[in-house]
Amino acid sequence: MLLQISEPDNPVPKSAPRRAVGIDLGTTHSLVATVYHGVPTILLDDRGRALLPSVVRYAEQNIIVGQEALEMQSRDPANTIVSVKRFMGRALTDLDDMRQFPYQWLDTLGMVRLKTRTGIKNPIEISAEILRVLKERAEAQLGGVLDGAVITVPAYFDDAQRQATKEAAKLIGLDVLRLLNEPTAAAIAYGLDQGTEGIYAVYDLGGGTFDVSILRLSRGVFEVLATHGDSALGGDDFDHRIFCWILEMAALPPLPAEDVRLLLTLSRRAKESLTDNNSVPIIAQLSNKQNIDLTLTTETFTEITAHLIEKTLTPIKRALRDAKLTKDDIQGVVLVGGATRMPQVRRAVAHFFGQPPLVNLNPDEVVALGAAIQANALVGNRKNDDDWLLLDVTPLSLGIETMGGLVEKIVPRNASIPLTKAQDFTTFKDGQTALAIHVVQGERERVEDCRSLARFELHGIPPMVAGAARIRITFQIDADGLLSVSAREQTTSTEASIVVKPSYGLDEAEVTRMLEESMVYAHDDMKARALAESQIETDQLLELTKHALKEDGDLLSSEEYAAIEKALEELLHCRNSNDVEALRRSLAHTNRVTSEFAGRRMDRSVQKALTGKNVHNVV
Amino acid sequence: MAIRLTPSAVKHIQTSLSKRGKGIGLRLGVKTSGCSGLAYKIEYADEIHPEDVQFDSDGVLVVVDKKSLLYLDGTRLDYIREGLSEGFKFENPNVRAQCGCGESFTV
Repeated sequence: MLLQISEPDNPVPKSAPRRAVGIDLGTTHSLVATVYHGVPTILLDDRGRALLPSVVRYAEQNIIVGQEALEMQSRDPANTIVSVKRFMGRALTDLDDMRQFPYQWLDTLGMVRLKTRTGIKNPIEISAEILRVLKERAEAQLGGVLDGAVITVPAYFDDAQRQATKEAAKLIGLDVLRLLNEPTAAAIAYGLDQGTEGIYAVYDLGGGTFDVSILRLSRGVFEVLATHGDSALGGDDFDHRIFCWILEMAALPPLPAEDVRLLLTLSRRAKESLTDNNSVPIIAQLSNKQNIDLTLTTETFTEITAHLIEKTLTPIKRALRDAKLTKDDIQGVVLVGGATRMPQVRRAVAHFFGQPPLVNLNPDEVVALGAAIQANALVGNRKNDDDWLLLDVTPLSLGIETMGGLVEKIVPRNASIPLTKAQDFTTFKDGQTALAIHVVQGERERVEDCRSLARFELHGIPPMVAGAARIRITFQIDADGLLSVSAREQTTSTEASIVVKPSYGLDEAEVTRMLEESMVYAHDDMKARALAESQIETDQLLELTKHALKEDGDLLSSEEYAAIEKALEELLHCRNSNDVEALRRSLAHTNRVTSEFAGRRMDRSVQKALTGKNVHNVV
Repeated sequence: MAIRLTPSAVKHIQTSLSKRGKGIGLRLGVKTSGCSGLAYKIEYADEIHPEDVQFDSDGVLVVVDKKSLLYLDGTRLDYIREGLSEGFKFENPNVRAQCGCGESFTV
């Protein structure tokens, strides 16, 4: 076969840092963050605010998003959309509580739509308006068009809800690098993915929703084992408890709307104040000039909200039960959501899990920060000392073990990711119905000198003669550096697969060492390959010849028979001696001794095939 | 350790490089693939890596990484016409067996 010169596989050129953000698209509020000079940072609006209320108002002239829209909610409820996240990817039939929202729903199939003064809108379009504000905020501060974003979604979001989130980003020309589960983002913000493998719990008490997720970190990948929650429980309920307490203490009658708003605002401030103080005064003058002067202590607050805290413990127990775990299995607990600042929440969580939760990051920001870290890694920005394995090329070759303990490289080193590479393999023995696949990483020729990443087995290969089966092994690496290896038998489509993160537990020094060793030991490796290849050949010859002796041994004189047996014996001895030269000589010798035998067998089978046939049948 | 190019290979490489408009020479190597173990790699070289060994053959720069060189040492690279096709042919003294199609070989 003649070869042509091909273009080199270019490793990715080094480029300027790319603009990537993480977006926490929340039910009550949203945030955008980026990694700036290696530090995850929340991006503030021009008035210094981090949180953008997830509220969109379709006004007469324009579209208003955020705090200004929220303030108009009571005056223009039908055109001011709050909590749009609850409707993402939902049909009317999915929403049993639609009547509680003051919107004009359209009775149509598919995703819900609602009528506003500027036309019919669906949740994707409404969410897109929130994303647009965050995108513009980021682009103004980062000085250019975004290269991509990671957007977080609740772990329980189904495909339709996830797809809707992606489409919202697409509508405003924002490239979604990936969607990330909110609890996973929080865990990443705390750097748990760099830490020890194990089970983690994420307790997320937001403004209006509560979720708890049980995550398992394994080989650098988070998997959501279970998630539970209460979509009608959040920080707002704690405000409401204080509000009720005020009504009770001051013996107030039902109040006009403006007094309710005033007292609710005071309640929220009191709640926030109790995070750092033991008591807080609540002083107000109502519209009827009645004065309110109360003092709320932490003890009272804890007491009047105890049942709310208790309500968060039930989903945790359910999630643990679903994951078939107990609270003793939990290695760490992450708190997410502004409401987890309340001391009684922290105490309850600490008490339940028997360990203090992680609290040193701002619980409002932790999800957006984790998303930013992930986004930064996905666009290939990296610091010198860390993250660099989450990059856009494979640091070491990836392959599988083949006969004789050799490595067949399938993905070469420095291949740019994401990528898919496939190669066909076959069975080694007649009637073989299973194949063990051992995924390894490294530059060396022998499996024992490479890193073992994973093993799995493909069963259900139809019995065939050796070499007839076609098994396609596919290596796929996604943008996160996650490697999935699948093996598929082509005739029956039987498939098995496994997912690993090849960079897990690898640092730069380790990669350098592995590369250097592959150079230092190149000569040894070449010899090892030569030996292993000869050994495979030997095994095949041994098996074939033994089979032939059994079938057609009668074609040989007893001297010839003995000579072949002796050659086989020597061959077997050489096979196990690790002397490649001796093995090759013995192989050549065995081939010579058996060639006459092979000739006679051929004659016999030809005769068998021709017996009883005339020339016309045969030709 | 050495790798040699035949005059026709030199001529073809020089023509190809000037047509391409960039590149410092030719990169040769081996990779595992095919049905019989190893396969040749032949591509344009745009840069020299730390692990590379360089050869000059009649004005053409040939770069080979150290590891591949073990499998390629003594190779004569020719550019020939065979029937209707033309291309590069490796005459490699290290090769012990080739698979039927000639794409791969074992040492």
